[in-house]
Amino acid sequence: MANVSYEESIKKVYWGLTLLAIVTLVEVGVSLLGKGHIISGAEDMMWLVYLTGLIIIVLSIYKAYFIIYEFMHMRYEVKGLAVSVLLPTALLIWAIIAFFQEGDSWKNRRQQIKEKNQEKIDPQGMYDDSDVIRLDELG
Amino acid sequence: MATETVMEHDVDKHDDGGNAWSGAKSPFKASYGKLMMWYFLLSDAFTFAGFLIAYGAIRFSSPTWPVPDFVFSTAPFGVHDAPLIFVTIMSFLLIISSVTMVRAVQEGHRENKNGVVFWMLLTIVGGAGFLGCQAWEWNNLIGTEHMTVNTNPFGSHEFAGEYLDEKGGSFDAGDSYLIHGHTAENGEFQWDQRPVRYETGETTVEQFGPKSFGALFFFITGFHGFHVFSGVVFLLIICINVGSGLYVERKNGYEMVEKIGLYWHFVDLVWVFVFLVFYLL
Repeated sequence: MANVSYEESIKKVYWGLTLLAIVTLVEVGVSLLGKGHIISGAEDMMWLVYLTGLIIIVLSIYKAYFIIYEFMHMRYEVKGLAVSVLLPTALLIWAIIAFFQEGDSWKNRRQQIKEKNQEKIDPQGMYDDSDVIRLDELG
Repeated sequence: MATETVMEHDVDKHDDGGNAWSGAKSPFKASYGKLMMWYFLLSDAFTFAGFLIAYGAIRFSSPTWPVPDFVFSTAPFGVHDAPLIFVTIMSFLLIISSVTMVRAVQEGHRENKNGVVFWMLLTIVGGAGFLGCQAWEWNNLIGTEHMTVNTNPFGSHEFAGEYLDEKGGSFDAGDSYLIHGHTAENGEFQWDQRPVRYETGETTVEQFGPKSFGALFFFITGFHGFHVFSGVVFLLIICINVGSGLYVERKNGYEMVEKIGLYWHFVDLVWVFVFLVFYLL
């Protein structure tokens, strides 16, 4: 910070604005591409949907890095400060994996219960009426 | 007392406490206020992460989810079918206000009082503009589209099929739709759910979307909006203090402006992720 002149630091800020604006526009464009707004039918190609999702996530993390390191001046802080603030957020990686796994499991369980509920439960063959003689058939 | 110790350490001469946390030396060469702002933001990040991860888990657990570029495709002045345009403008407002905040902090380092006030005022305008946009968005979702905390009129078809009424038309699996409604003669709101037939042959009416969508949307964007609102209030207070010359006497490069700047950038940072999960994915 200290060794950068005033004019240079102003220039850097407006460059940052341009960068963030472009990244945001690219994100929106990629998102709309993945949803099939730019090329119709693109939303049916699963690999493209996953790829666009991945690109958007990576770009968002880049934006977060840029805001923290440039705008919030983390680059100019002591390394210990940066580590003590950023390292705990690494715990979130575990939380994200665990809870998304959990959510997926809820979906599968619900589906399983739905399927089981539709099954005919007849362990003793009571409802299999092929060998049942009805009263009205006897006349 | 500790004044001599303070003089020895360059970074500590800004510290109002005088004795640099009583340990004679600032941890991480940062002032108490700035370091605690970082740790407050860290804890706040965990709160937001908790909300967003809950959103992710619930979205993963639903067989269908409303497609965001269908849900968020209206803008003021009667613009329809403009997916994500309005929310992109909202994002730009926050980014620009973040940049003006950086400028305010820079002017603070130069002890330029008028510069700080000017750029902080622009930041306040940006933040207030964002809040206005969010108010419009909420008003549209609640008043026009009748989404509430526990009603989600935005559904998604699980299977392909066709509509059975005179409007006709067919739909693909995964298509999102908005259930419309009207106000009955007795003044009560009524839903107009249209009959549909899936390719499997099953006939039903339009189903409401996952119930939690509305609650997640209003609570998460509301919590973020509340942060923006408090940020604007604090910016205003500090801007008035700057204008009154309160920080001139402190001669610490307008550190208070730097601290509220950290908070304001954090609000922008959170929006990056809210924008990601609610609107882009």
